[in-house]
Amino acid sequence: MYRAKAKFTGSEQVDDIRINFIDEVKWNGKTYKKNTLSFQAPVSGTIYGTLFNFRDQQKAMKEKFHEMPYNEPPIRPVLYIKPRNTINSHQHPIPVPSGKSGVEVNATIGVIIGRNATHLTKQDALSYVDGYTVVNDVSTAHDSFFRPAIKNKARDGFCSVGPWIIAREEVPDLNQLMIRTFCNGDLVHVSNTKNLVRSIPQLLAEVTEFMTLYKGDMLLIGIPNNAPIASPGDTVKIVIDQIGTLVNPIIEESTIKPGGAL
Amino acid sequence: MMRTARVACFGGIYDAVETDGKLRLSDGRIVDPSQVVWLPPIEAQTIFALGLNYADHASEISFNAPDEPLVFLKGPNTLVGHNGQSRRPSDVTYMHYECELAVVIGETARNVKQDKAYDYVAGYTIANDYAIRDYLENYYRPNLPVKNRDGLTPIGPWFVDKEIIHDPMNLNLRTYVNGEMKQEGSTSDMVFSIPYLIEYLSSFMTLRENDVILTGTPKGTVHVYEGDEVVTEIEGIGSLKNTIVGDEDFHRNGGI
Repeated sequence: MYRAKAKFTGSEQVDDIRINFIDEVKWNGKTYKKNTLSFQAPVSGTIYGTLFNFRDQQKAMKEKFHEMPYNEPPIRPVLYIKPRNTINSHQHPIPVPSGKSGVEVNATIGVIIGRNATHLTKQDALSYVDGYTVVNDVSTAHDSFFRPAIKNKARDGFCSVGPWIIAREEVPDLNQLMIRTFCNGDLVHVSNTKNLVRSIPQLLAEVTEFMTLYKGDMLLIGIPNNAPIASPGDTVKIVIDQIGTLVNPIIEESTIKPGGAL
Repeated sequence: MMRTARVACFGGIYDAVETDGKLRLSDGRIVDPSQVVWLPPIEAQTIFALGLNYADHASEISFNAPDEPLVFLKGPNTLVGHNGQSRRPSDVTYMHYECELAVVIGETARNVKQDKAYDYVAGYTIANDYAIRDYLENYYRPNLPVKNRDGLTPIGPWFVDKEIIHDPMNLNLRTYVNGEMKQEGSTSDMVFSIPYLIEYLSSFMTLRENDVILTGTPKGTVHVYEGDEVVTEIEGIGSLKNTIVGDEDFHRNGGI
C-alpha cells in the first residue's frame, strides 16, 4: 500500500493512512473501502493556481498573446489565488451560480508544500514537497485573462481537493501522469503532465523566487485547455495516475446546504 | 478594547494595548514599545486588495477608473508588521508605496447590502501595499510578482475597533518618505466605498472573520530606494513605519 494523508469528517487533524488503487484505505490498523469513508479537503494553507502551463493551451493562445490587451506572451508563470471560501471536499457538491448553466471543471494536480520554501533551485525543489492531491479547480467561463478573475474563480466551493495527499516518494515520475475527467461516467477530457510548459520543479523554483510557499500551501500545476463544462445534476470524476480519484456532484447554488449535504 | 497590537516580546506573542506611551501586554506586563517586535495586528485570512480605487491615482498611472471594482488577492507571505523591512531587488526602478485603509471583516457575510455592510466590519488598520511595476505583465494584472511579494505589505501597527472611527469614508491618508510628505489623500475619494465593496464581494462569495480588504491608494507615488524609511499614516488609526532594504541583506544576487 502507499503512504498518504487524509482528513476525515469530524476530525480537525490530518491522519497518516495507507491506500491502494483498488479503493482501500488503511487507517489505525484496519482496512476500509474508500466509499464508506467521509473525507474533508486535506489542505488548509494558501492555494495558488497556474494558468497557461499546458502546451496546447499556450498553442491555442499563440496569436492572442500578441494582441491587445496582452501585447506579448507571458514571461513568468501566470498565477492566481484560490481563497479559503473556495475549498471543497471529495463527494461534496459544487455549486453552479444562479444565472449560469454550468461551470468549467479544471482537473489538475495540487502540489502540497512540506516545509517553508523560499527561492528554491529546480534541483532542490521537490525536497520541499510533502505530496500530491487531485484538484478540481472550478471556474465560470471567461475568455479575458487581463484582470484577476476573482468573480470567476473565487466563488464558494470552487476548489475541490482530495480525497487524500499521496506522499511525494510514492510518485517517482512526475512527467507521465495522465489526468482524466469524467462527466456522468463519460470521459470528457484527458491531459498529461508530459505536456507541461514548466515542470513541477521548474514551476516551484520560479514561483518561490519572489514569494514563499509555506508548509501546507498548495500550488496547482496548471489548468487544461478547453476545460469541460458541467451542469447541475452532473457528477464529475477526476482520475489522476498514482494520485487518486476525486468525485463531486454539481448542483444549483440555491440548493446548497451548510455542511454540503445533498 | 479600542486599539490593539500583536507583538512578540520575552519569547512569546501577546496582544497589547497602549498605556501612557507604553504597551501593556495581555499578561499584565508593561513594556516600552522599543522592546517589542510588532507583528501584523490581525491574523489575516483572505486578503483582498483594490486596484485603481482612487480616480486621481488611476489617472496618474494612465487608467480610467474602472466601472467594476478591480479586485485581486494576496497571500499571507506578503504581510509584515510595523517597523519591518521590505526588500527592493537591486535592478528595479518602479517600486512604489501605497498607503491604504485596511478593513477587517468581523462576521460571516454573504449577500450583504450596502446599508448593512458596516455590521460586518470589525475594525480597521493601515496597509502599505507596495508594488514593483517593473514586473507588470498583462495577465491577471496586477500579477503576483508585482503584488504578492514576501514582506511587501506592511500592516499595522494597530487594529482599531470600528466604534472609534466615526466615518471611515472621510479619513486623511499620508505617506512620508524619509520624513518628507509625498502622498496625501482622503478616503472620501474612493471610487468604490467600503459598503459598496462589501456588497460587491459578498454577492458572489462568502467573507469571514479576519478577511481583510485593502481599499486602494490615492495619488502621489514616487520611487523608493534602499535605506528609505517609509511611513504611511491614516487619521485616527495610526502611523505605520517600514524600511526598504536591498538584496545584500538577503544574500541574493539579482533575480526578481
